[in-house]
Amino acid sequence: MSTSHESHLHHISQQFNTELSQLRDDFLKMGGMVEDQIVKAMEALENHDYELAEATRIKDKEVDQLELLIDEEANRVMVKRQPTASDLRLVISVVKMVADLERIGDEAKKIAKFALSMFDENGNFVAAPRGYVEARHIAQHVVAMVRDSLDAFARFDTEMALRIIKEDKRVDEEYKAATRSLVTYMMEDPRSITSCLSIMWVLRALERVGDHACNIAEHVIYLVEGEDVRHTPMDETERVVGR
Amino acid sequence: MSTDQTSTIQISQSAHQGGQAGKPSETREHWYLEPDGALRARVSNLKFWYADGTQAIDDVSMPLVDKKVTALIGPSGCGKSTFLRCFNRMHDLYQGVKYSGSINLLPEDENLIDLDANIVRMRVGMVFQKPNPFPKSIYENVIAGLKIRGIRKREVLDEIVETSLRQAALWDEVKDRLHQPALSMSGGQQQRLCIARALAVKPEILLLDEPTSALDPIATAKVEDLINELSGNVTVLIVTHNMQQAARISNYTAYMYLGKLIEYNDTNDLFQRPKCQRTEDYITGRFG
Repeated sequence: MSTSHESHLHHISQQFNTELSQLRDDFLKMGGMVEDQIVKAMEALENHDYELAEATRIKDKEVDQLELLIDEEANRVMVKRQPTASDLRLVISVVKMVADLERIGDEAKKIAKFALSMFDENGNFVAAPRGYVEARHIAQHVVAMVRDSLDAFARFDTEMALRIIKEDKRVDEEYKAATRSLVTYMMEDPRSITSCLSIMWVLRALERVGDHACNIAEHVIYLVEGEDVRHTPMDETERVVGR
Repeated sequence: MSTDQTSTIQISQSAHQGGQAGKPSETREHWYLEPDGALRARVSNLKFWYADGTQAIDDVSMPLVDKKVTALIGPSGCGKSTFLRCFNRMHDLYQGVKYSGSINLLPEDENLIDLDANIVRMRVGMVFQKPNPFPKSIYENVIAGLKIRGIRKREVLDEIVETSLRQAALWDEVKDRLHQPALSMSGGQQQRLCIARALAVKPEILLLDEPTSALDPIATAKVEDLINELSGNVTVLIVTHNMQQAARISNYTAYMYLGKLIEYNDTNDLFQRPKCQRTEDYITGRFG
């Protein structure tokens, strides 16, 4: 039996409804924040914007605080309400997905730090000779995945969640192709190794963001369908989603 | 997946504020698990009417797995206590009640409804909501059922008293005062004594009608532990208003509503992934 996105608003106890809504809203708020963090970190990198990179790095603390708040809210719901069935799945999924959001925030912070590290002591930006096009492309891809995973959660949309899981495979391929081309370039011009490595770390961080979006999508399927699709072959996941 | 193909990366926070549901919820009217393992009884198309013509049980069919705990849950007036009481023909104490269908005891395959009510009550034990020990000693309480059966040998009685009190997790607390009045015990102890009294006659099925609703949390925890221990030795059918209790102590759970059986399922599945929308609504507190 699958669950609808509004079912947690129909308890006899209005207070219980409020608590679950609050949990959901705070989760989406945190999701919006980390999505924005990735976008800003990439902007700072592309536009050589020191202030923006620094602001993004510092903002990660707010994301961390929100993680603590959401965990506390989830704990409180469990203690007070002993949720069952879909309510329990909602609380458990939020607790697990929040960890993924926090890690996405960390990856954004990493990108911001790489952007900062590319300024020399005179404040000049030492750009890598290549890799930006690939980074921008993968960033667009994973930001869309994060956004869609949050939408899938907000709407309890398992079809969308399934698409995100499939999309992650494509991001992995793009990441591999970009790394290969950077390695080739470094072999041709060893002077570029330092700056190319920075871009490679950025690519790596973006690829991890895709993995976290994929984890969130898996939790959405668990939340709606009640079946855990982590470490499950794709055809089995498709069966659970009912395709 | 809506991959943004333009060169600038955009975010859309408003997009996360919900929308239409991914897919409509599936609704199943009824769902019954066919359990593995030997059965102690099978209820088939049971209907029951009180003397005034009110139908309290409407066509309930379900298995009772041998040496496992089965919990009955449902809102007040759903017929769960009435159903439980059918198992020891308690309703026969009133004139004009009517049964249809069968409760077959297995493996003998005898319909409990056709048997003599007194015989049924010797085979099916029951413990009630409020502890009701006889105003006699602890020892006399435990052996009450045995005396009726004509067992008089002291050694036999002593042994059964110890075994039953141990099974009811009461022995250590009362072994030095077996001949003191049962009514001097605490409520929780009295209830466990009632369970020991029911166990002493080795019932085929033990019925528990909200056995902890009059007890404090510590006594409740002890009785719950006891029921957990009984699983594996005795077939238990328990009615409880406390859903968490059903989730904690039972192997199988049946959800009843308006005299009908809605879902009979493995307890873990029923509380984690119920099959019927109505079960989900009840256990999550959306209806009640």
